[in-house]
Formats: sequence, C-alpha cells, structure tokens
Amino acid sequence: MTGTSQPAYIRRALVEPEPPPLPVGDAVTWARARLFDGVFNTLLTLVSGAIIAALVWPTVKFLLIDAVWTGTSRVDCLPETVGGEVGACWPFVRAKFAQFMYGFYPASEQWRVNLTYALGAMLLVPLLIPRAPHKALNAILFFGVFPVIAFFLLVGGVFGLPHVETRLWGGLLVTLVISFTGIIFSLPLGILLALGRRSALPIVRTACVVFIEFWRGVPLITVLFFATYMLPFFLPGNWKIDGLLRVLIGVVLFAGAYMAEVVRGGLQAMPRGQYEAATALGLGYWRTMGFIILPQALRLVIPGIVNSFIALFKDTTLVLIVAIFDLLGQLRAAFADPAWATPVTLFTGFAFAGMIYFLVSFGMSRYALSMERRLNTARPR
Amino acid sequence: MSVDRHSASAPPRVALYNRPKVRALFYQVVLLAAALWLGYEFALNAKANLDAQNITSGFGFLENTAGFGINVSLIPYNESDSYGRVFLVGLLNTLLVAGIGIVLATILGFFIGIARLSPNWLVARLAGGYVELIRNLPLLFQILFWYLAVLGTLPGPRQSISLIGGIFINNRGIIVPAPVAGEGAGWVFATFAAGVVAAVILGLWAKRRRLRTGLEFPVSWISLALVFGLPLAVLVASGFPITFVKPELRGFNFVGGVRLLPEFVALLLALTTYTAAFIAEIVRAGILAIPRGQTEAASALGLRRGPALRLIVVPQALRVIVPPLTNQYLNLTKNSSLAVAVGYPDLFAVFAGTTLHQTGQAIEIIAITMAVYLAISLLTSGLMNWYNAHVGMAER
Repeated sequence: MTGTSQPAYIRRALVEPEPPPLPVGDAVTWARARLFDGVFNTLLTLVSGAIIAALVWPTVKFLLIDAVWTGTSRVDCLPETVGGEVGACWPFVRAKFAQFMYGFYPASEQWRVNLTYALGAMLLVPLLIPRAPHKALNAILFFGVFPVIAFFLLVGGVFGLPHVETRLWGGLLVTLVISFTGIIFSLPLGILLALGRRSALPIVRTACVVFIEFWRGVPLITVLFFATYMLPFFLPGNWKIDGLLRVLIGVVLFAGAYMAEVVRGGLQAMPRGQYEAATALGLGYWRTMGFIILPQALRLVIPGIVNSFIALFKDTTLVLIVAIFDLLGQLRAAFADPAWATPVTLFTGFAFAGMIYFLVSFGMSRYALSMERRLNTARPR
Repeated sequence: MSVDRHSASAPPRVALYNRPKVRALFYQVVLLAAALWLGYEFALNAKANLDAQNITSGFGFLENTAGFGINVSLIPYNESDSYGRVFLVGLLNTLLVAGIGIVLATILGFFIGIARLSPNWLVARLAGGYVELIRNLPLLFQILFWYLAVLGTLPGPRQSISLIGGIFINNRGIIVPAPVAGEGAGWVFATFAAGVVAAVILGLWAKRRRLRTGLEFPVSWISLALVFGLPLAVLVASGFPITFVKPELRGFNFVGGVRLLPEFVALLLALTTYTAAFIAEIVRAGILAIPRGQTEAASALGLRRGPALRLIVVPQALRVIVPPLTNQYLNLTKNSSLAVAVGYPDLFAVFAGTTLHQTGQAIEIIAITMAVYLAISLLTSGLMNWYNAHVGMAER
C-alpha cells in the first residue's frame, strides 16, 4: 500500500502541539484567557466593551444624573428651565402615579386595592419560600379563599362597601387582576384538557385536541376580539357581560390551552410503571391521576408552568387594544396629556413601566430557575 | 373438570353501569350531547341577536365597496375596491412583515445564541443581557416604545438623519434609494437565476463526491461567487442597467426612493428583536444538548473550532432546534397582529379592525381572521414536521 491510495480524510502530517494550558485562578490569567486570547478575541472584547459603554452610560445619565427629581409641572422638565440636558422627568411619574396604579378607581376607595395587594403578598410570600410550613393550607387560602375576598373587596356592593364599576379600574390593578385570574383558572382548565388529550376515549380526546390546537393556533388579540365582539352575540340578549369579564374569559381559554400542553409534557414524562402500579393497587382513573400521576407530573413541569405565567403576565398588555386600560394603556393615555408634554416624557414613562414589567417577569423567571435547580429536573451536563 | 375451571376463572358479573365500555360510551355521549346543545343554543342566540340588531349575516359584505384607503399595499388598491380586496391586501401585508421578520430574527437569533456560548466572557455577558432584557418586557410595550419613543421623536424631513448610501431617517419613516431596472437588466436577473441553479447542482455533486471519496470541496465560496459574483460581473459588463434613484429633499418632503413607514419599521424591529431573543435561547439549548464527547471527538480528529461546529455540532443541534424554532416562527406570525396598536395595515388591523367597525359583521369577520391564522399555523407546523422528519436521524 502506498501513501497515495489512503483515504483522503486521513491526515498525512502531524498537527503542531497545542501550547500548555494557562494556570488558573489568577485574575490576570483569567482575563488573558477569557478576554484577550488572540487578536480576534481582543477585538471582540473591545467591540463589546464599546457597545456596553454606549448603552449603559447614557441610560445611567438619563435615569439618575440628568434626571429631574422635583417639580410640579412640565415646565420643570423643559431644557430651558433646567438649563442643560434633561434626563428623566420623575415628577411626571409622581403626578400620574395613582393613574398608573389604580386607573380611575375612586381615590377614597383605593385603600381597598392596597388591602388586596397586602393580603395577596402576605399569602404569596410564604408560598414561594420552600421551607415555610403549612404549604397545603397556604395554597388553599391563596388559590381558593383569597380570590373570593379580593373579588368582594375590589368590586364592592356588599358589607357597606360602595360598588366600583370595572370600567373605572385600570393601570397595574387591571394588569394584576387579569394575570392572577388567568393563572388560577388556566391551571385547572389546562390540567383537565391535558388529561382529556391523553384519554382513551376517542370523542373526549378529539374534542380536547381540537380545543387546544384551535386556541394555540390563533393570536391572543383575535381571542380578545372574539370575547369582546363575538361572544355577546352567542349569549341570550338579556345577558349583559361586563367588559373586563369578557376579556378574562378570553384570556383563560387562551392560557388554558397553552397550560394544557405544558401539563401534557409532565404527564408524558411519567414512567409507565407508575400507572401500572396504581392499577395494581386497585385505584380507579381519578384516584390514579389525583394521588399518583398529577402530583409527580406537576412537580416536574413547575418551571414550564411559571414560564406560562410569565407569558400570560406579558400578554395582559394586549387588552389595551380592546379599550381596557392596563398599565401600558394608562401609560399611553398619560402620554396624550398636554399638561405633561415634554421631550423626555415618553422615555420617562417607558422607563418606569418597563422597570415594573421587567422586575415582575425577571423575578418570576429567576424563581422558576431556582425551583428547577431545587427539583433537579434539568439533567446536569 | 374443564367446566369447573372455566367457571372459576370467568369474570364476576358486573352491573351494566359499572362496565368500562358502557361507562366510556356514556361519558362520550354526554359530552357530545352537551357540545351539540351548546352549539345549538349559540346559533339560536346569534340569530335572535342579529335579528334584533338588523344585521344580515353571510359573506355578501365582502363584495361591498370599502371606501377607506390603505397606505401600504403590495397589490393595486384604492378606496373603491371591495372588502374582499381589503382582506387580500391585509393578508399580504401580514405575510410581508412576518416573512421579513422571520428571516431577520433567525439571523439575529443564531448570532446571539452562538455569542452567548462564546469563550469570550464579555461577549457572552452582552448576549445574555440582551436576551434577559428583551424576553422580560412585553412585546406590545416594545412595539410602542420603538414607535412612540424612538421613531416618533426623530427630527422632521428637513432635519433628516442622513446615512451613507443615500438613506435618510426622519419621523415619517426610513427613505431608501429605489432600484430601477433599465435596458438589459433582464440579463442580470437571468444570470442570478442561472447562478442559483448552478450552485444547487454543484452542492449535489460535491455531496456525492464527498460520500464517495471523502474529499471536501469549497462549495460555499464557489456558490457565493456563482450566485452573487456572476450577476455582479454581468452588471458591470453591461454598464450598470440597474440604477438607484436616490431620494432628494424637495420642499417639505422627499421625492424618489422608497419610504418605509415608521409603523412598519417599528413593528419589524420589535418583532425581530423580540423573537431573536427566544431563538437565541433555543439555539443555545440546542448546541448545549449535543454531548461534549462529540466536540471532543471532533477535536481529536483534528478539526478546529470552526469546522467542528459547522460539520459536527450544528447538523446535530439542528434536530433539537427545529421543533421549537417552528413555534417561534408561528409566534412571530401571530404576534404580527399587534400591528393594530401602531396602525400598520396588516390583516388584523384592516379586516378585524376597520372592516369590522364599518360593517358590524363581527361573527363572519372574526371567524375568517381566526381561520386565516389557524390555517397559517397548521400549514407551517405541517411543513416543519415534514422537515423535521427529513433531518431526523434514525436511532439505532
């Protein structure tokens, strides 16, 4: 055999040996290895550094250094008054704060909203801390009792509380009401649909598949239009459904379909042996599901469920298109106010609302990540 | 004996209502009956409500004159056209923004996803920061931010920001030079088409050659030369039959060139950057899903980082990436309906928005709109399933 008849993919010469690895642990060597390793890498570092500097410095300058902190009207935020570059106009946010938080909820009744928030926070925080005791009771209180109390507190009309119409609601209140309602109703709906989709009964399975794929196949905004404009036609003429309630129905149906797919992932991950063991113990369908399968399957998909909640929270902004003024809707309405029209009003408003949306979504995603680590569902690489 | 044994193993008598088959049948009949009753009730109510409001149901309204203008249209349209035409204009606008968005988001997403895995610490951090920031802000928030805060506060036409190549940016949009095909431009397009065909044939030949002999052929460079270099050479040889009309400021506005509306630009920017953040995560997960042994084996065979990624990691990672990538394409298409918030005339804005308010045919219009999105979704997932089966490796 001569060298020429060798297959082409076999090397003919040895590769140059690699340089020895750098010692680790030292900051300078670390920087050399991770930032300045070769010409190309150094160039990348410099370019990224330039991008970061070009983004971070103006942001800090706008939000803090050049910002106007005190003032009562738009005049305080004009370049002529400040005499130089103007950053964020925080008096604008202060003036519109009640509108951003409560919409047009009557000022004398806003304590009810605050009380609801406080109650919710008191129940939610221990629920999120893994080591806090009485999880079952806590969950029942948060998901079962709290919504009822919140409903009567916010709507009123009982116990001497004046009735507040939902069209006066707005801002963060509406955002949270829609998110929370979506969350507590979409989870049970999703579980039922997921069970139905894996059912052995052909008609039940088909119905669930069609339902899930239909809602997942259309944009949320068409669902909201469906709920707002089409649904009233399908109900008896004397039924008057509240505008917010219509939107809630649409959101729950939509989120339920997505939740069903998340739950189905968990159900499919359950080993067959679990079903067989449950059957061997003589458990029927509902007991098998309720005691054996669902507790394990749901634990497995907690990160996925939280991700659905984040998506739902972000999607609540879409209600502004059907004229319900959530936080983003109130923001847009506030921009139209000529009393606060300055060159920096837009950026200030977006910065404020952006921080709220970011903190909630980012917080939830970090929590999902820590849960994932705790449950160790992600296989280590 | 045999009779005894038979009776001993015979199933015990079960009441009729306890037999699984009977129960299954019963539950399903109940479900079906409930669904039918609900449908019947809905139809009855809809008829009564429509009669009460004097709305004639049916799709006849599609023939009526729309009477409103649309500022972006890929096909000829004017105010005297029908609602059916409006539907078509809107659908094409949706497909336009979704198509461009998908291409741009894929490029940006792959770029950022790979940057997140970069050995350079700063690059990885920068990409990570981008993903976290964009993913945790609502899409509608971002669309409005681009539209109101970024594009809306740009200077007017007279103070336009001018970029190289005759591109102008102002608060009425982005104005780019318009290509004009002159005499002999057909040859350039013909060469381009021929180049594409030649590149495909070359690719097939190179693959067969590689499978037979194991020799690599520099397909990508030669293909690039065929597809772009050849038409360029023809373009130069024939004396530039394709010219660009540069926009010029006349009075208060620009003349010549193509104007991209701020609504379109804002929507496209937001959709692209938002979806790219999700695609980046998918790409990252896909690459991480490839066992480390594959990369190590590639480097043991003497492949450097570039070829190892291109020849070993990416082809395997694609199998993991494609299914969730499909979902993102669908999401982008569905999210393009948020155009209604800034007034870009997509299907939803002109049909479920303007047409619905003018005609009041809520049931028909929302049903058609939902059906279109549903059809796009089902079609795309069907295509992607086919592709997925194509790239899927037979497990042994």
